[in-house]
Amino acid sequence: MLLTRKAEFSASHVCRDPALGDDENRALYGMNANPHGHGHNYVLEVTIEGDPDPITGMVFDLRELKEIINAEVVDPMDHRFLNHEVPPFDHVVPTTENIAVEIWKRLHSRIALPNARLKNVRLYETADLYVDYGGEA
Amino acid sequence: MRLTRRYRFAASHRLNSDALTPDENARLYGKCNNPFGHGHDYVLDVSVEGPVDASGQIVDRGALDALVQERVLAHVDHRNLNRDFRELQSQVATTENLAFAIERMLARDWALAARLARVRISETARNTFELETK
Repeated sequence: MLLTRKAEFSASHVCRDPALGDDENRALYGMNANPHGHGHNYVLEVTIEGDPDPITGMVFDLRELKEIINAEVVDPMDHRFLNHEVPPFDHVVPTTENIAVEIWKRLHSRIALPNARLKNVRLYETADLYVDYGGEA
Repeated sequence: MRLTRRYRFAASHRLNSDALTPDENARLYGKCNNPFGHGHDYVLDVSVEGPVDASGQIVDRGALDALVQERVLAHVDHRNLNRDFRELQSQVATTENLAFAIERMLARDWALAARLARVRISETARNTFELETK
């Protein structure tokens, strides 16, 4: 069974590789490379796969899941400038892909029960663009 | 990793099979068989799959957008699918057939680093058709 919990956070970012010049960054990241940054209302969907616990009837405690997502993602990232305030984005370009990988890293060790594990992180940068990451290399 | 990008287009169509009689078409397709056709605001989700590259991306958004624009949107947006969209000419303009046609048009000479993974089309908010590509 799959269980999905949604969360939102608003943050600013800029996609620039410091090793590259303005033109190269513009070619690579488009308007996302504008130097002073811009923001999004990110929407995160965390999906857990597992079997309901025979005693509680739950795959994963939803209150605990909410607290984990808040502690690991929403509290540190909401209303922040990711490049300046949220490691590792001081040296990792905060593309949607890289943010999804970072969220996976923060969550997967905390969502690991004998009956349930983290299955997928879906991160919407806008309603028209999202990535799915399931921990693959 | 998989990245999904959403596009929109407005098009008209009429469902009518040459293999059926007018009565059979009317029975089978109902309002969708009305003679002059009708339209929808289609929503197209294109998913690509691959590893994250050195830039932190699995696909260049601009290149994907340009490809979808050139291969698909230019041929279907504000068009009559039965009359204007060559890829569908010999088929009933169902959204099932439209999804396969869009997949064929996208996959032809695909040159992006990430592979085409899925085509999903919503005809209305209530009807969605999804095609995983091999």
